[in-house]
Amino acid sequence: MPKTALQFRHNGRDAAIFVDGGMSLLAALRDEVGDFSPKFGCGQGGCGACTVLVDGEPVVSCITLAESVAGKSIETADGLKSGPELHPLQTAFMETFAAQCGYCTPGMLMAAKALLDRNPAPSRVEVVEAISGNICRCTGYEPIINAILAAAARGAERRA
Amino acid sequence: MPVVVRTFATAAEATAALTSDRSARFIAGGTLVMRALNEGDVGISTIVRLEERALSQIRTVGARVTIGAGATLVQILRERDLAFLHALARSIGGPAVRTTATVGGNLFAPSPYGDLAVALLALDATVSVMSGYGARDMALEEFLAGRDRAAGAIVLSVSCDRPPNPDSFRYRKVARVKPKGVSVLSIAASISAVGGRVSGARIAYGAMAPTAIRAKAAERALEGRTLDEGGVAAAIAAAAEGTQPATDAIASAWYRREVVGVHLRRLLLGREA
Repeated sequence: MPKTALQFRHNGRDAAIFVDGGMSLLAALRDEVGDFSPKFGCGQGGCGACTVLVDGEPVVSCITLAESVAGKSIETADGLKSGPELHPLQTAFMETFAAQCGYCTPGMLMAAKALLDRNPAPSRVEVVEAISGNICRCTGYEPIINAILAAAARGAERRA
Repeated sequence: MPVVVRTFATAAEATAALTSDRSARFIAGGTLVMRALNEGDVGISTIVRLEERALSQIRTVGARVTIGAGATLVQILRERDLAFLHALARSIGGPAVRTTATVGGNLFAPSPYGDLAVALLALDATVSVMSGYGARDMALEEFLAGRDRAAGAIVLSVSCDRPPNPDSFRYRKVARVKPKGVSVLSIAASISAVGGRVSGARIAYGAMAPTAIRAKAAERALEGRTLDEGGVAAAIAAAAEGTQPATDAIASAWYRREVVGVHLRRLLLGREA
């Protein structure tokens, strides 16, 4: 079966790949682009481990048709760092011990980034809502919620 | 297994492609079809898409709202005219699902999913459907009843009247996980009262049958009554009548039948969940 050419922006760079018909965005990112930061969890859109941003909006990449992102801008957890500098969210996750096994972390980070990009000073309830589609089975949600609030507070300090 | 992806500019072309191929499925946001592909559904050999932004408009003319089938739940949440659907939209999926999950797709979500269809059923929504015979409007109730035989048809839009006041449309989703989880059941009700007495109430359930259904026995029992403890008693007694819930990972059929009246009572009396 012929493959389809697909181009999009991936963490600020052009990506040009070939995809099989019906391939998910997650499979395209991992198998064709070589970005292993989004994780395969449930394959049903229920766990959020594969969350990435498409034109700034969070999507679950395992149930997103790869071809639907043609020409769009994809951000993954792999693109959060800037050279050796971690993103404030990544630093906050480290400092508040918000990653135990780490499997949900890339999805949590991207769900959190989607929130903070839109709402830099969220309430605790808004943070809980923002990660309500992301399941964590070992760290526990409290350190993750605290990390996102800490990153938001630090962002507010920087802006002050 | 790879499938063929065909993308069209118009709903008529997409319908033609669906009608000519029994193993073709229409894909919008992908929350149902991509999930099926991930699970290895070999019954799908072709997926048919419509180009971006087709069918995704939301229009309001007076009290009537028409929501394009391709509109996402996030679009609903960003539309002030659809404030009556906001609590409902927030109860579906997580934020990353709501960016892609569409209004049209929700009408096809199997039980216990499809909470939006429950609300639209209570709001007496009309569905515009394109098939090989052209576009036609039908009541959502009729659409849902024939949904599984609707191969080759594409939903274009849904329309309903906005509730006259916030209290006349009520919705409740019962889930085990907060802030969002899959429905044990969901209930939506459109209630108008004339001189304090209920007239022409529409009550709809989700997860109480293979599709969203109306609670017709409860509706009848509520007619002409007042919304107080005594007035709703007959409707509560009839709450589970005509339902055929499933036993699944979320709840047993027995449990759903047991609690549907409890939640209907709280909804009608305006009590906390």
